Amino acid sequence: MTRELQAPADPGIRIRTELRPAEPAAASAAIGIELRDVNLSYGDNHVLHDISMDVDEKRVTALIGPSGCGKSTLLRCLNRMNDLIESARTTGSVKIKGQDIYGPGTDVIAVRRRVGMVFQKSNPFPKSIFDNVVYGLRIGGVRDRTALEAAAEKSLSLAALWDEVKDRLQASALSLSGGQQQRLCIARAIAVEPEILLMDEPCSALDPIATLKIEELIYSLKERYTIVIVTHNLQQAARVSDKTAFFWLGRLVEYGVTSDMFTNPREKLTEDYITGRFG
Amino acid sequence: MKATSAVDLRRRAVSRAVEVFCAASVVLALVPLGMILFFVLRQGLPALNGAFFTEMPKPVGEPGGGMANAMVGTLILIGIAALAAVPVGIACGVYLTEYRRARLSTAARFSADVLNGVPSIVIGIFAYQAAVVPFRRFTALAGGLALGVMMLPLIIRTTEELLGLVPPSYREGSLALGATRARAVWTVVLPAALPGIVTGVLVALARVAGETAPLLFTSFNNQFWSTRLDQEIASLTVQVYTYANSPYEDWHRQAWAGATVLIASVLFFSLLSRFATRRLERMHRGTA
Ligand SMILES: Nc1ncnc2c1ncn2[C@@H]1O[C@H](COP(=O)(O)OP(=O)(O)OP(=O)(O)O)[C@@H](O)[C@H]1O
Ligand SMILES: [Mg+2]
Repeated sequence: MTRELQAPADPGIRIRTELRPAEPAAASAAIGIELRDVNLSYGDNHVLHDISMDVDEKRVTALIGPSGCGKSTLLRCLNRMNDLIESARTTGSVKIKGQDIYGPGTDVIAVRRRVGMVFQKSNPFPKSIFDNVVYGLRIGGVRDRTALEAAAEKSLSLAALWDEVKDRLQASALSLSGGQQQRLCIARAIAVEPEILLMDEPCSALDPIATLKIEELIYSLKERYTIVIVTHNLQQAARVSDKTAFFWLGRLVEYGVTSDMFTNPREKLTEDYITGRFG
Repeated sequence: MKATSAVDLRRRAVSRAVEVFCAASVVLALVPLGMILFFVLRQGLPALNGAFFTEMPKPVGEPGGGMANAMVGTLILIGIAALAAVPVGIACGVYLTEYRRARLSTAARFSADVLNGVPSIVIGIFAYQAAVVPFRRFTALAGGLALGVMMLPLIIRTTEELLGLVPPSYREGSLALGATRARAVWTVVLPAALPGIVTGVLVALARVAGETAPLLFTSFNNQFWSTRLDQEIASLTVQVYTYANSPYEDWHRQAWAGATVLIASVLFFSLLSRFATRRLERMHRGTA
């Protein structure tokens, strides 16, 4: 069954896998994020149950699982975006470099600067491309034009967008294509040089070519960032991630090295899910 | 399948009748506007000339003269109104969106609605009590404030409505980059809603520019040139009202001319607001 999964329909993808064989088990990675007994409820709806896991630093971790199992919710725990939802109650601890971001006296603003986020639906601001990229720097107090320009070029290049937009940085971000907008959002997130990058189904609204570009990008970004990505596309999880976590009904069912998990799942539930035998 | 059963015929007849009724209603709704334009322009256009815009009113009996002071006065009055009402109104609208369910918001929403329904003459009386009586004189400031009070509910509700239309994802995107709530509103949400808010402000300005009642005992009237805020000041509407009530033929002609200018400025504001919206929208979409 795993053979089926890894035999991609898209030949471009096969080439890619061949070019970059999955790295050997990411054994040597340090811990980037440490979750302990994270529970979350929206009002009476208990959505996350006792999630404990260590996310590797400078690796890509994929969160998979059926719709409604709490992947987005967990992701939003990592930068405290759930604070915006009045009914959300979180317990447990999430440590980034040893600091519990749910500890008393935490500066939420500072947390969100360390943990960038890319949303499922790309959400560039109705401003120029340039103003979008440097938005985070500006609100962080950077005023120097040259510094902003340098940062814009750097992050747009990292996001593989520079060549496409360098001649029209003052054009509205909304004039870009969907895939370009999503890469712009990635550039915007990395411009503030976070330690961690959270991505919630970043490719769900994109065509296969744009998706491939974003995947390439994720692959290249993991040298610098700890990346956590939610995806419904199991092939994508297999392609880009080092480790995969499978969630079911708000519980972490299985968590391990991606290649192991896709070839040799420990749990029956995981196997059913990744073989599409889910009912 | 026969084409014309009795039921079919009936259905078609009803449909046709409804269509005709709707079309007739549209025409009917356009009639008042057409008639206003017809009457005002017929009497007003001949009375309009260069002197009307550049000269001061002449004393009774002397023909000619114009309403230069009244036009400047109206501009000053709505300027004061805008300065007072726009910042407060927008800030208020922001509060209502940010703290939707706060008790203060419910109260503010309710009072904005009530204020919107208060007859303008009552607002004039209020401004008279609040801003004329204590200083024992009619002032431009008092008139401007009365107009500002009238603009306030319009601006509050438009701002709230338009901020509500801004996609929440903008806000989230900003907060996720480490913006404070105030920062997110100021740098992303408010600019996104700005085209609509500008239109709302222009519409509100057009509306209060045509008000007479709130000015009658606040800014009163002034036959002389005055731009002082602490003195009574002339305005187009009050001037038209005064002239129309006078027994003099020449003043009646002037009143018609004034009415024409008022209508033209309403038209101008409407076009301006359309233009402003279009431009800003295009800017946002990036095709500009
Ligand atoms: N703002 C909210 N208020 C209340 N309940 C919510 C809220 N957001 C999510 N939930 C509930 O929490 C549960 C998990 O939602 P979540 O969005 O985390 O799922 P997901 O795994 O991301 O699903 P999908 O794959 O469809 O995006 C769902 O039952 C959902 O109804
Ligand atoms: Mg989700």
